[in-house]
Amino acid sequence: MKERVTKLDINTPILDLNDRLAAENRALCDEHGVFVLDLMASPGAGKTSTILATIDMLRDRYRIAVIEGDIASSVDADKIKAHGIPAVQINTGGACHLEAAMVRRALETLDLAELDLIILENVGNLVCPTEFDLGEDAKVMILSIPEGDDKALKYPHIFQISEAIILNKYDTISVFDFDEGAFDEAIARLNPKAPVFRMAATKPVAQDSGIAAWTAWLEERVKQKGIAQ
Amino acid sequence: MHEVSLMQDILAACEKVARENGQTRITKISLIIGELTEVQDFALEFAFEALTSESMAAGAELDVTYLAPESRCKVCEHTYQHDRFTMLCPQCGSFEVELLHGRELAIDSIEAEEE
Repeated sequence: MKERVTKLDINTPILDLNDRLAAENRALCDEHGVFVLDLMASPGAGKTSTILATIDMLRDRYRIAVIEGDIASSVDADKIKAHGIPAVQINTGGACHLEAAMVRRALETLDLAELDLIILENVGNLVCPTEFDLGEDAKVMILSIPEGDDKALKYPHIFQISEAIILNKYDTISVFDFDEGAFDEAIARLNPKAPVFRMAATKPVAQDSGIAAWTAWLEERVKQKGIAQ
Repeated sequence: MHEVSLMQDILAACEKVARENGQTRITKISLIIGELTEVQDFALEFAFEALTSESMAAGAELDVTYLAPESRCKVCEHTYQHDRFTMLCPQCGSFEVELLHGRELAIDSIEAEEE
């Protein structure tokens, strides 16, 4: 019998399943009026420190939970829990990013009716988290001064899709070779709408106006979502 | 990026469609990938070689169409292609732009046969 070749149109996003789960996560959090922040950065840029500073600034007015994505360990979730904030650790087991299915499992362990803000701490990576919709309301990234100003040129995608950019460890700028002009110029071309918050997350929040500016931006977004609900 | 896990998803989706259509062998897989994604062609080809050998798509051809980033300016309506680093409208300098192409990550079609 002669073989017959058939062309079959598929026309489906490769991450179709992830995208559908992300839409479900979004609907679930929308239903409860919970704002979801996906925080992305390299390992060591200060994601956990930024989350702790953010919690300090907002905890008296908003009910916050944290979902921690790491390849292994519960170090980060333990740090958050020590501050009396619910935290769920997701161990991605080698995966370089969070996926919507992992977030779904974590959401199921939280009482969404009792929350206003969920912060997702993505796996430390400037590449892979950018492709995965988790059902968040906003993606925000942190670049830290020691990483260098050239990261915006090397990893443009993450800078483009972030709604805000935190420039962390700003207090160390005098000792690192960080060209702030070049960085600002790269952001002006990649994503001029994103506010850039220059801050030092480990400084006492009262001494760092950048932390206040960042949390004011986030608070406005959380409030808007709460009102819209 | 994570081309191996992407390729696992691609193969699973293609095999499902092939089976649903009564086919037993996949001879070609066509993908559409935007240049703004971080997918690396050599890593994707490596993943394809490595993962297809024991699958319905053993020996199949991988055909990838890469799409250059293209945006439309919402202010002056200019449509233009651009690189990965500059999104601004080259005509009026606005950043009120809408990305039309460049982030695609899709399976377009397959060719399959019944042995």
